[in-house]
This record gives sequence, structure tokens and C-alpha cells, in this order.
Amino acid sequence: MMIRLVLALIFLALPLRAEVAIEQVTSPGGITAWLVEDHGIPFTALEIRFRGGTSLDAPGRRGAVNLMAGLIEEGAAGLDAQGFAAARDALAAEYRFGASQDSVSVSARFLTENRDAAVDLLRSALITPRFDADAVERVRGQVLSNIRSNAKDPSALAGLAFDAAAFGSHPYGSSGDGTEASVAGLSRDDVVAAHHGALARDRLYVAAVGDISPAELGAALDHLLGDLPATGAALPGRADYGLTPGVVVQDFPTPQSVVLFGHQGITRDDPDFFAAYLLNEILGGGRFSARLMTELREKRGLTYGVSTFLVPMDQAELVMGQFAADNDKVAQATLLVRESWAALARDGVTAEELAAAKTYATGSYPLRFDGNGPIARILVGMQIQHLPIDYAATRNARINAVTLADIKRVAARLLQPEALHFTVVGQPVGLVSGN
Amino acid sequence: MPPTLLRNLFYEMAVGLTWVGMASADTVSDFTLANGMEVVVIEDHRAPVVTHMVWYRVGAADEPLGHSGIAHFFEHLMFKGTPSVGPGEFSAAVEAQGGSDNAFTSWDYTAYFQRVAADRLALMMTMEADRMRNLVLSDDLVATEREVILAERGQRIDTDPGALLSEQARAAQFLNHPYGVPIIGWRHEIAALNRADAQAFYQTYYAPNDAVLVVAGDVTPDGVRALAEAHYGPLQPTPGLAPRARPTEPPQLAERRLVMADARVAQPVITRDYLAPERNPGDQANAAALTFLAELLGGNPTTSVLARALQFDAQKAVYTGAFYDGTALDASTFGLVLVPLPGVALAEAEAAMDAVIAQFLKDGIDPQAFARIKTQLRANEIYARDNVDGLARRYGEALTSGLTVADVQAWPEVLQAVTPEDVMAAAAEVLDRRQAVTAWLVQDGEVAQ
Repeated sequence: MMIRLVLALIFLALPLRAEVAIEQVTSPGGITAWLVEDHGIPFTALEIRFRGGTSLDAPGRRGAVNLMAGLIEEGAAGLDAQGFAAARDALAAEYRFGASQDSVSVSARFLTENRDAAVDLLRSALITPRFDADAVERVRGQVLSNIRSNAKDPSALAGLAFDAAAFGSHPYGSSGDGTEASVAGLSRDDVVAAHHGALARDRLYVAAVGDISPAELGAALDHLLGDLPATGAALPGRADYGLTPGVVVQDFPTPQSVVLFGHQGITRDDPDFFAAYLLNEILGGGRFSARLMTELREKRGLTYGVSTFLVPMDQAELVMGQFAADNDKVAQATLLVRESWAALARDGVTAEELAAAKTYATGSYPLRFDGNGPIARILVGMQIQHLPIDYAATRNARINAVTLADIKRVAARLLQPEALHFTVVGQPVGLVSGN
Repeated sequence: MPPTLLRNLFYEMAVGLTWVGMASADTVSDFTLANGMEVVVIEDHRAPVVTHMVWYRVGAADEPLGHSGIAHFFEHLMFKGTPSVGPGEFSAAVEAQGGSDNAFTSWDYTAYFQRVAADRLALMMTMEADRMRNLVLSDDLVATEREVILAERGQRIDTDPGALLSEQARAAQFLNHPYGVPIIGWRHEIAALNRADAQAFYQTYYAPNDAVLVVAGDVTPDGVRALAEAHYGPLQPTPGLAPRARPTEPPQLAERRLVMADARVAQPVITRDYLAPERNPGDQANAAALTFLAELLGGNPTTSVLARALQFDAQKAVYTGAFYDGTALDASTFGLVLVPLPGVALAEAEAAMDAVIAQFLKDGIDPQAFARIKTQLRANEIYARDNVDGLARRYGEALTSGLTVADVQAWPEVLQAVTPEDVMAAAAEVLDRRQAVTAWLVQDGEVAQ
């Protein structure tokens, strides 16, 4: 009985606040970064983002930015790929490079004792990568291997089909990896052009957390990034939305079908974003108690997991969801998704659901700030989303300001059950393409 | 729970989360409650957050014959409620704290964890202690959850030919030891699991004398001790809990080879797994040498012996790797993997891999590569202090795999003491194909040569 009392009263709990001391640092050369100075452990986590990513690929050159990101650590300045890796490991530094549809990411961590040498080595990769012919062929082989694997992977196939249906010939409509044909056709010149277009100072965001002072960070950033080109390639325009309502089945021989569903979403800077955020949390967010998880998994055992998410990209917005289910259960699960979507659009949520979602959202937020690396990733993400530097301290107040009426209004605006598109990859029973 | 403690839970929550960056997570204490529950406390006062984990010394390798999957099935059932916390309310209560919770199962352990603000630790302990002894299972709940688990098996294994082959290879690896049984269970045995299986398993293994509590974060050892004694202390141990003596392997005298063809295979793969010794209490040197061996042979995608030979010097592979994790109760495996370049036959790729291994056994170790790995392992101990969850898992996994807190703390030094001679001796012993399983995953219709 006592525990029930606890559970009932817990909604009175005041959430923790995220009070990480974030400082804006401007280097002598004019590069700005957000810094959390913390000398507890002798290392620094550094996160760098360049806006644009694989969407900068020139027409007919799909996969160039991705191949470039895979090659950037494969030899630089006087070192070939073997020499570069050995030098990095001897410093116990770590660098990771990635390309997504809206950004190129660089993540680094290095010990304080090796900071200067680690920054210098990373600089050589960013500013003077070699793109040696043998490295281009080796990494091209790895990319082609990924592309071939994805062609037999139902989850990857569903993603490709959904994106193509949603965005057609816009870069969002195809994989940033490119196709076998496009990657086979990329030359070293294409890789060099991708490097110049994607890594430039006019699209740069930086965060650092750890054992480094503002002055040390400023000097390091000028050395690391100061010699990048001032401007890069033009960003793509808005992506036109092209999803049609209804089900599209792509036959694939496997005992379970993978289902992606969704329709148009909401921009990150929309005044109703936080209401939409909570609405999604209640519909299919990360909690076991979300409506879809309850309907599909807990009540009926139709799937191991179902989730929904808001997808505010730079050039388009979606609200999406996904699940996998045995082929003979997909039709029922799909119907339940439609019904839950419609019920939420029509009736909104209950006061209890909203209170629980707020408590979770506000309580879990500060728990994300749990290490130098995670904090640096959060800070760089805030910058690329144009959020203010005090966002971490004010975000929970914005969540708490959302009312039941807000949710009802946003549910009616955002959730369009008649517009829902389902991409199904598998051999579903009783489900065919159409409305 | 006394009323004052309840009130504190509600009113002491307006604390700001500050990142003060003081002591990092390197202060570890341990003690044992009177009922046999072992407790490890890892202090990290940088943020007012705590990870609360209960690890049970039971996993898939402890299941009764013919009932594979019950350990993992039971992990799911632990969320199905007690007389005081209804089905689903456990997670809901954690979520209402802004916390996250989940669980995982392996061959040697089953673990449950929550991450919450540090001042909510008492509530987590109340609920975790409650479900250690008071779980209520109905046939309906068990039946629905069985469907969820069959769907999970479908998602993780049955739709992935690589996962299916790795399950078959593991079954071939272990001639007698239950490590050959998949953690999630064989499908036909999962389908037959019922409430009686679950109840018997629960009564035997879910007890304080079979559990390890790991609390990591903004806590003190004295504070954790007081809370643990209040919440877990009153629980009754399982009397006469048998030691974990599993069937052991006979001498492995014959190499095993498997070929699986599947239409869904895009990329042929060769895996080779050798039987390999595990870390043992007070005796971790051999496992440390094997940790180096894995790093040297295939730990680095560029400079490792396999990558350099098969991806740089000769164009045979698109990917190579080597894997070893010695944290296990019983003998483990040392694994190699190779993805051939298009046009390179699997037989040719495998022969090339074996030639590289033979050459390595003849030539020995590049001293610079060895020195780099030592430097990286030392640095990893610094980076590891940034991740208190990772430290908590390190202790929980070790303590449910037959090791002690002293073994965990000695491990970095044991690694630093490894010599190239140790590594070569371990390599000569382990890289014996009579104790190995080689598996080829090929495209349907491809000629297996």
C-alpha cells in the first residue's frame, strides 16, 4: 500500500534543473565555441559539426561527402593511413568522423598531457588530408560493401523506400552512402571537391568539455580550424514532401515485416514544438507506458518494440514511427497504429498522461548531462539547432508551460490519420499496397 | 518505508543539477549484507545522479535442460508486478522520477538497473527489493509476454542470417557446456515456456544471497549501506543455493566447419572462434595476454596484423577483426572475422587469413604496436572515469562471472604487466584449429568451395 501512495504522489516532484555552466568562447581568430570547463579528469572532449553533410553532394555525385568523411583519417600531410593511425594511437587520442544528411561530424577526445600533439594531428586530417589513390579504393570497397548489405536488410530497405517516396530527387530522397553505380563513379577529384564544399568555416559549430581553459581552447581552435576555407558549398533547398496516404508493401522473404510510417511534421522553431514533443512522447516516445507500446506490446504481444519520433531536419519535417512484427500480425498492428493516431488527433490526451510525460521529460533531461563526451554532444547539437546558450536552464520551463489545450490543438493540427503513409518490407499477411 | 523517509523523497527534489567536476569515479567500496547480498559502491560526485543495479548470478547457462530462454524470459516477467506494484507500474514509477530503467541477460548473469536523481535511490531500492521476492505471475501475463519474446527473437535472430549462423556456430563450439545454448533460447523451447517454469526459476535464483547490488554516482558508502540494510537486509536468502558447477568441456579434438547459405546474405563472411580461457580470480594473466592478442591481430582497423596484411599489403578483405572478452564464469572464445573483397573466394580468403596467423606465430610481435596498445589501455582507464555507468557494469559483470572486487581493481595492472612473450605463449596455446569452429555465411546459390 505504501508504494502505491508513493506512485500516486510522485507527480508533485519538482524536477532537477540542468545547470551546467556553459561559456561562450571566441578564439583570437574569431571562431566561437561553447565550453564547459571541468578539470576533474585530465582529458577534453571536443565536438565539431559542419552544416550540410551528405545533402551537399553534387548532382550525379551521390556518396561523395560520405566517402570523403570515411577517407579523412586515411592519411594526412606526411603520414599515410598506417602512419596516421599509429601516430594517433601512440597519443591515445580518438577521432571519429561521420556524415549525416544535414552535417559532417568530428568527435575527438585527447589526454591533457598530449593535447597539443593530438590537436596538431587532427588538424592535418581536417586541413591537409591526402586522399591517396589506394586509400580511395580501399574505403570505396567498404562503402560498396555497406551498400550491398543494406540492399538485403529489411530495415535499411524500408528506410530507402520511405525516403524515396517522401522526398524523390531531393538529396533527402536517397541514401547519403550513394548507390553502387554512383560510388563506383566517384573520382579523387570528387572527394577533394566534397572536402572543400563540406568543411568550411561558414557552417561551423564547436563545443568542448573537460580539462581545458578558454584561452587554451581558443588557441587550439585557431590552429585546428583557422585554415579551413571561409565558405563552402551551397545548402540544398527545401525538400518537397511527396508521401501518399496508405500502404506500400515491398516484398522481401523474411518471417517478420519492418514497418515505417509517418507524415509531415513540425519545425524545431515552431512555437508549438514543445507541445508536439510531449504529444509524441505520449503516443510513442521512449517510455514503456507510451500508448503504442501499451496497445501493441503490453496488451497484445504483437511486437518487441514500437516507437514514434519527431524528425525536424534542416530542409523538411516529419513525424515518424517504426516497428517490426511477424508477417501474420502486421495487419493488426498497422490498424492499431492508425486507431491510436486517430484517437489522439480527435481527443487529445488526458491530464494524467500529460503530467506523467512532463515529469518524465523534465526529470530525464538533466540526467543526460552525465559526462564530458555526452555534454559536448548536447552543446554542439544545441548550436546547430540555433538554440540559445541558456537553453539548458530554460528548457524544462518551456515543457512545463504546455497545457492540455495546447496538446489538443497541436494534436488536431499535427496528427493526420488520413495522411498516414506505411512502408512495409516483408511478406505481410492480409496487407496489400493501397489505401 | 517510514513516513519521514517518504516525505524526504518528495521535498528534497528542488536541487539544481550542477556539474561541479570534483571527484571522479574512482572511489570504490564493497561490503556484504548479513543475508549474503554483496554490495559495491562507486562514488562519482560530479552530478547528483545515481545508477542502481541489481545483478543476479544466474543466466542462460544456468537454465534447466530443455527450458532454454527461461533466464531471459524471466527478465521480462520481472516487470509484471507484485501485490504492491501492479503490472507496468515499476517502469512507470521510474519514469515518473524522470529516470530510465531496463534489464539485460547474458549466459552468466541477469541484471536490472535504473538511472535516477541521487535522492530517489531509496524508492528504487524499495521497488527492486519488493520484486526480488514478491513477484506475482498470471498465466495471461506469461502468455502475452511469450509472444513479445518470440517477436524479439524474430527481430534479433530469425530475420538475420548472420545471427542465425552465429547461433549454430556457438552450438557447435561447445560440445558439453551450456554456453552453446542461445541466450534468448531456441524458438521451440521458448514457445513451451510456462508459468511453472518461471515460478521455479524465480524461487531458486532471485534471492539476496544470489545477488550483487551496484550503486554508482553521487552517494556515500555509509549512505548506501544504511539504505541497503533497510531495504534489502530483511529479505530471506534461498537456503542451500548450489554452487554454479556447469558441465565442462571434454578435450576438443576435431575442428568443426559450418556453411550456411541464405538468400538474404549480401556479403559473405568467415568467422573463426577458438575455445579460450577466461579471467579467473587471482589468475588473470592469461586472459590479459589474450586481450593483447585480440588487439594486435584485429583490434585496430588499420594497423592490426590482419588489417595490414589482408586489407593493405594484399587486397583480400574489406574488413577484418579479432575479438576476445575474458569476463566469463567458464571458458570463453577468441574470435576472428573476415569479410572478403568481391571476387575473392571464401576458401582463398580463409587460406590467406591462416597464412597471416602462421606468419604471426613465426615472426612475433612488432614492439611499437605492442607499446601503442599499452598506452591506449592506460589511457582507457582515464577515459573510463567519465562513464560511471560503464564502471558499474564492469563491477557487476565481473562479480557475477566469478571474479572479485580485487580482481577488477587489479585488471589494469595485470594488463600493463603483459609481455610480448606472454602474448605469444597464449597465442600458441589458443590458436589451435582442433578447438575451433569456422563458419562460412554465403549467398544462396553460391558454390561453397
